[in-house]
Amino acid sequence: MKEERGNSKVIVITSGKGGVGKTTSAGAISAALAKRGHKTVVIDFDVGLRNLDMIMGCERRVVFDFINVIQGDAKLKQALIRDKRLDNLSILPTSQTRDKDALTQEGVKKVLDELREDFDYIICDSPAGIERGAHLAMYYADEAVIVTNPEVSSVRDSDRVLGLLNSKTAKAENGEGIKAQVLLTRYDATRVENGEMMTVEDVLDILAVPLLGIVPESQAVLRASNLGVPVVLDEPSAASRAYESAVARLDGEELEIKIESERKPGFIGRLFGRAT
Amino acid sequence: MKTFGLIPWPRKANSARAAKERLQILLAHERSGGSSPDYLPALQRDILEVIRRHMEIDSDAVEIRMEKGEDVSSLEINIEVPAKPAPKKTAKS
Repeated sequence: MKEERGNSKVIVITSGKGGVGKTTSAGAISAALAKRGHKTVVIDFDVGLRNLDMIMGCERRVVFDFINVIQGDAKLKQALIRDKRLDNLSILPTSQTRDKDALTQEGVKKVLDELREDFDYIICDSPAGIERGAHLAMYYADEAVIVTNPEVSSVRDSDRVLGLLNSKTAKAENGEGIKAQVLLTRYDATRVENGEMMTVEDVLDILAVPLLGIVPESQAVLRASNLGVPVVLDEPSAASRAYESAVARLDGEELEIKIESERKPGFIGRLFGRAT
Repeated sequence: MKTFGLIPWPRKANSARAAKERLQILLAHERSGGSSPDYLPALQRDILEVIRRHMEIDSDAVEIRMEKGEDVSSLEINIEVPAKPAPKKTAKS
């Protein structure tokens, strides 16, 4: 018995540059969508360098993977790992042993079509770079979230990826635009204030796409990754609130974007009751 | 902020230790070549084949779960058997 899900959305989490927080963001976004009641699946496209499973904390439960499904060695249902905390959240891990050529366009399409029947949101966690895995992660996307740090190489790579989204995706080839939004991560309000880091406006001026949210540099991110818990399922933090509100916007809510700084007042600050 | 080893500091569970433990268990499996066991698809085919000698089951009916542990891993295989098993086929069909 399958419910008809007419408007499931495929969203790619991409960036070009590595280490900006794609997998952290993919995990947090999919968990936050599931928390909002949507049936959500998150797929790891980084063939050969599996990591989404660790971020989601299901690394010990991987049996079959995305490539097994594409190659017909396992059914999709068998490869999906149901999250232990949220039962409407599933993870499709990638293969750790195969090479990236195992990922085929037809295979990806088949899996996504099958997932569309069962899920409201399909989150594709892209590998870094602009090679095959990254290309296929974005190819069938309806929307894109570009994870960017306020740092020159990250912004440059994001611009490059935006170009690819607008030319090398199924939507682009059909003449439809793809909705792309920037998620600014590792944002440090203090350094911005001191003129040491580009501001949100600086980054948006350059990239000229809408802003989905701003995730402050936060200790909660490393802690969550240590524990294998998506940030939004761990204890509340500036980062978890930032992801929750970004996801509310992704989900169609109109919410103001706030910049919340994580920095706790120092000892002297606390004495004088000053908050920074 | 650094705290000194002797001073008891009311800290929450140490997440770095959790990270190290998770990695040790996972990497022990990966280094022994057992990360994403390639024998599983074949195992599944064999199981199906054996069961089909006795009853008709759907190829969707096998569910394999794994939980990798530090010392032992568990492999759980669930097979959905139809409520009314179809009569066993003759040995050679």
